[in-house]
Amino acid sequence: MQKKTFTIGIFAFMALIAGLAQADILSPYHISVLMFMGVNVILATSLNLVNGYMGEFSCGHGGFMCVGAYVSSVVTVLLFSKNQILGAPLLPASLAFLGFPLALLLGAAAASVAGLVVAIPSFKTRGDYLAIITLAANYIVISAINNMEIIGGPRGFMGMSATENGMKSVVDLPWMLIWVMLGTLFTVWLLRRFVTSTLGKGVPAICQDEIAAEIMSVDTNRIKLIAFMLSSGLAGLAGGLYAHVLGYVNPQSFDIMRSTEVMVMVYMGGMGSLSGATIAAVVYTVLMEALRFLDVWKWVVIPLLLILLMQFRPEGVMGNKELADLFPRLRKYYSFK
Amino acid sequence: MEIFQHILNALQFGSFYALIALGYTLVYGVLGLINFAHGDIFMVGAYIGYFIAVALLSSVGLNPAVTLALTVPATMILTAAVGVTLERTAYRPLRRKGANRLYVVITALMAGLMLENGNLALLGASRKRFPDLIDKVIWNVHGVSITNLKVIVIVASIAVFLLLQFIVTRTKIGMAMRGISYDKFAIPLMGIPLDTIILFTFILGSSMAGLAGILFAMSYPILEPYMGALIGWKAFIAAVVGGIGDIRGAIVGGFLLGFIELGVVAVFPSTLRDLFAFSVLLIILWLRPTGIYGVARTTKI
Repeated sequence: MQKKTFTIGIFAFMALIAGLAQADILSPYHISVLMFMGVNVILATSLNLVNGYMGEFSCGHGGFMCVGAYVSSVVTVLLFSKNQILGAPLLPASLAFLGFPLALLLGAAAASVAGLVVAIPSFKTRGDYLAIITLAANYIVISAINNMEIIGGPRGFMGMSATENGMKSVVDLPWMLIWVMLGTLFTVWLLRRFVTSTLGKGVPAICQDEIAAEIMSVDTNRIKLIAFMLSSGLAGLAGGLYAHVLGYVNPQSFDIMRSTEVMVMVYMGGMGSLSGATIAAVVYTVLMEALRFLDVWKWVVIPLLLILLMQFRPEGVMGNKELADLFPRLRKYYSFK
Repeated sequence: MEIFQHILNALQFGSFYALIALGYTLVYGVLGLINFAHGDIFMVGAYIGYFIAVALLSSVGLNPAVTLALTVPATMILTAAVGVTLERTAYRPLRRKGANRLYVVITALMAGLMLENGNLALLGASRKRFPDLIDKVIWNVHGVSITNLKVIVIVASIAVFLLLQFIVTRTKIGMAMRGISYDKFAIPLMGIPLDTIILFTFILGSSMAGLAGILFAMSYPILEPYMGALIGWKAFIAAVVGGIGDIRGAIVGGFLLGFIELGVVAVFPSTLRDLFAFSVLLIILWLRPTGIYGVARTTKI
């Protein structure tokens, strides 16, 4: 009963936003901010699994996002739009409904395979050395894409908007917004289910003490493999959505700056807190738009804010607490476990 | 003969990586802190050198040789001041509170971003051209062109390495530095001033970054705010590959990265440089997870 009210509430909220967008009450600018917010929520919560719950320091999240973005873009362009190199569309545009989620899933799968580059060394290494491996993985992905002329290299890759147009040609709705909302919901749901499951309890166990966890029969290698692959796969999902929201991707937008941005969100919201990461991603996106008038100074103010946060509340705004821990009455509406 | 030219270029590039990696490794060796702002301190060093050199050349009107002789120590001192300010304002309060190491790392990362973008905001996006302080001399030895600048860079990096190696292994303050890295809690009990030693470490590391900044600006005389970011990350990777926390590791890692990069450029198109360099480093870390000189520490429960 409790669960149902919450679920219905979420879907009603999503329908409301989609309805507002459809009725042109929300301007295209607001819609795009909302979509980036969704993408950022996916990125922050998925990085939170590794950096927050597992206590590793992964600073190459942008690389996995890049893999997901390019793989899903190539798939949709191959299927639904005309491209000089990849040729004419293979499927009619009306099938974009089926093709788009498939492309997103393929992108996510490719990104989680790329996550193996980090996951396998993590069996032996920890901490700073693993941080370097993630960093190197980010650079490798970016420069590999930069060198692939077939998908545009440093000039970027475009043609993804045909997919959304295909979907719109069947039913005229703000499709990308709906997909981003569904993707965000799916990510948060999946991560919440994972970290509260029996298997997922191994993740915070590794954070607290890896050797002790191993002794207590946690299969640490398996948990690490799952956590890294899940995290990078979801980053790939975010990348796929991001690419189709913009309709254009280039490798530079996934460089170390992007990874840093995601880290800012995670540490701002509090490590090991799903609701913290979500709130931080939302606040961060709004803050980025609100501080637009500051121009270059924006990137001085935001790091300064985070430095101050680290000085006075180093565990982040939420810090290992969920919303329900701070506001126990919320439990009436939803069981957070 | 071409191969010697490549080796020389690799040595020059490796020297820059090594000089910056030394700063990372010094701070890491003592505090166990990845000072992510170090690449940007290098950038600040280059800018400080630029302003001093321009001021001395045009306003005071000194001749280039005297300018160089004054610029190098002044830049090293001022860059060290930047590093020390960073330590005092951002890292020390956190350390006093006994905060998790990770929070200090985030602070360092953010401080680096602030330096980069603060520079961009204050000085604008236009690139600065570093004045020529020494006359370029090119020796041609059997088809290998050796410039005096390249020789200076390589000699400087090796001299710095020897100096730091001497300080860390042979002097009292170096012994204290090694002691802190071994046990941070027992050291103050032995009557060793913890904060002074840490300050000294930051002075050493940052002044080396300042030196690297000037040398880099003299070799590649275009300055821009993001110049420290990429080279800083790469130098950090070099430090880790060599085994972070070990002075020899920084030098070996720096030169190794230089050789890999230039080796790739010599054979493949130059756009593949980063791809190959990082792949090789990744493989090295797979095979030797603690780097070349690093020692795996046993963890107790």
